[in-house]
Amino acid sequence: MVDVFQVLSKGIQTTLLLLLTSAVLAFIIAVMAGLGRLAKSRWIRWTIRVYVEFFRGTSLVVQLFWVYYALPMLAQALPFLPPLNLSSFWAGVIAISLNYGAYASETVRSCILAVDRGQHEAAIALNMTRFQRMRLIILPQAVRMMLPDFGNNFIQMLKSTSLVSLIGLTDITYAGMVFRNNHIDLGILTFAMMLIFYFLLALPFIWMTRRAEQSVSRGVASR
Amino acid sequence: MIWDWNVAKDVFPLIFQAMWLTLGLTLACYAVSLILGIGWILLRRIPWAWCRWAVTAVMEFIRSTPPLVQLYFLFYAWPLVPHVGVTLSPVAAAIIGLGVHYSTYTAEVYRSGIDAVDKGQWEAAVALNFSRVRTWTKIILPQAIPPIIPMLGNYLIIMFKEIPTTASIGVMGMMLTAKMYGAQHWVYLEPFTIVAFFFLVMSYPSSLLIQYLEKKMNRRLDKKEILRQQKQKGVIA
Repeated sequence: MVDVFQVLSKGIQTTLLLLLTSAVLAFIIAVMAGLGRLAKSRWIRWTIRVYVEFFRGTSLVVQLFWVYYALPMLAQALPFLPPLNLSSFWAGVIAISLNYGAYASETVRSCILAVDRGQHEAAIALNMTRFQRMRLIILPQAVRMMLPDFGNNFIQMLKSTSLVSLIGLTDITYAGMVFRNNHIDLGILTFAMMLIFYFLLALPFIWMTRRAEQSVSRGVASR
Repeated sequence: MIWDWNVAKDVFPLIFQAMWLTLGLTLACYAVSLILGIGWILLRRIPWAWCRWAVTAVMEFIRSTPPLVQLYFLFYAWPLVPHVGVTLSPVAAAIIGLGVHYSTYTAEVYRSGIDAVDKGQWEAAVALNFSRVRTWTKIILPQAIPPIIPMLGNYLIIMFKEIPTTASIGVMGMMLTAKMYGAQHWVYLEPFTIVAFFFLVMSYPSSLLIQYLEKKMNRRLDKKEILRQQKQKGVIA
């Protein structure tokens, strides 16, 4: 029992590091892509649309393997690209953040659109620039609406970090599998502990998402 | 040469064949999740509070732990459970594991549909002395089901994209086929790209279809709302 606990705790570091790195990156990507979908230029809109549809249309596992196995081969073959030696950690970060960035960008976009039209008009009437309008009026209201969805995405992301064990990264799942291979008789305990570990990690975010859901409609002018 | 067409030609039929297993699994898991979702809803309507709490806790636990670990648990640990343990084939473990995992999501969808039905509809049913079965089949379900159809359709696509996870317990779907081919011939670009292509080609049109359905449904609901308001104002009889 103590052994399992120790082994899995080692995996937690990787899981958390991966989760936080991808979450930050995914957030940046989501905001950029979400705003880009509303840009004036048709080219920006369409490029981002292709990105979003590609990453939402294919599976995360496929993307993970593609980044880890196929991308280095592609980089090797293309003369203008530097030789790409992705560690499994960065392959995981790239795949997860691009994938969840695509999902979350839709949240960003829909929440910005959900802010009442009158707020835009009022800002225009006050002679604000586009940037000021976004920064001072629209985003503060939209971000609030995004919070529950971001919370859900974060929990999903935590769950999908387990997939990086498939490309050999020592996260909770991988550590657990190695331990189980050495102690076949402790199989049930190991897997049960793995599930509990993930649940305990998700628990604070479940609560936070709940609270965000409750407080979301306060102070927002939405349609 | 970056992209070797010979390799692509070689691996394409293999992946195409594996696609049928992936599709079949998707439908099977989806069916299981739809049916079990009803089960969760029924369990949550048990009159004892502690029982409802326990059911909610179990649901939350299943929802917030990774399906991959759940698959491992079913495939590796379940046979070891004394007295009840049964050895599952990879396909069976995949159907049960993903089916149960996503049933907790479909249950939430059902719940949102049922919650959206106006309270007055229940009261009207009581006033008309409808039996429970009749209330459900004649009043609640016809109103609860149409709005949730797009959401349920979404879960079909999500399920399809979750199937590659089952490669980890040895289901020979598109993913594992590509991976094994890659390991044998030391080419990864073509097999994985073809798999990605298959996923894109199948899930993108279906998500477009669902968006269309959603829009249509919204418009219909909006129309109902407009009619209701006009009636209230006395514009139309």
